[in-house]
Amino acid sequence: MRNAESFLTRAAISLDVLLAEVSAPDRGGTCVFLGTVRDGPDEHGVTAIEYSAYEEMVEAEFGRLLADARGRWPEARITVRHRLGSIPVGEASIAIVAAAPHRAQAFEACRYVIEGVKQRVPVWKKELRVDGSEVWVDPSGRPTPHPAHG
Amino acid sequence: MPATVDTATPATVRVRFFARYAELVGRSEAAVSLPLPATVGDVVRRVREDFPGARALPERPLAAVNLKQVKLDARVQDGDEVALLPPIAGG
Repeated sequence: MRNAESFLTRAAISLDVLLAEVSAPDRGGTCVFLGTVRDGPDEHGVTAIEYSAYEEMVEAEFGRLLADARGRWPEARITVRHRLGSIPVGEASIAIVAAAPHRAQAFEACRYVIEGVKQRVPVWKKELRVDGSEVWVDPSGRPTPHPAHG
Repeated sequence: MPATVDTATPATVRVRFFARYAELVGRSEAAVSLPLPATVGDVVRRVREDFPGARALPERPLAAVNLKQVKLDARVQDGDEVALLPPIAGG
């Protein structure tokens, strides 16, 4: 069900493109998850995050992850885009769009894919901070009170 | 590992380093030769011995062979691409 040529982009993510990939008259519920670059109390003056990836494996892993999701929610259509490169605070690094006949499937499929990304998709991020320092983010070693987007 | 090098089949794998690991090792890839049978763990040990910066890598990193995550006891074959992956931080 994948219409895109790649799950990766270096440009700003276009939700309109993703919505067009999954919408259809019989899918009455569409759920969108956007992960955006954060600078909160637990960060240290983040101005941007530099995203890098094992790109060939990201493509393969997203293919497997979406296939898994299709197996669980056969009526849903799901698409995803991950942005790479330097992304300023507030802009989206990832977008997942799931459309299904009913809202429960759309929410569940969307949640399944973002949790899978956190576990399986080889992407790394380096925080670029206002003081000029650069810090690799290690989610396994840095507890965060905001697990929804770590 | 084989008992003698006489019976061992040499293999060359392409090892790729990413993100912080690439910075530590000072390169993004390397060709590593080792006798078969061999595991991903053997490749990691060889890398940590052969490249000075690689001693800073964990002894048991996350790894992939040919674009799939594997455990360190997975076998490698000649021509495989072995990737050492820092903790995943996507999304």
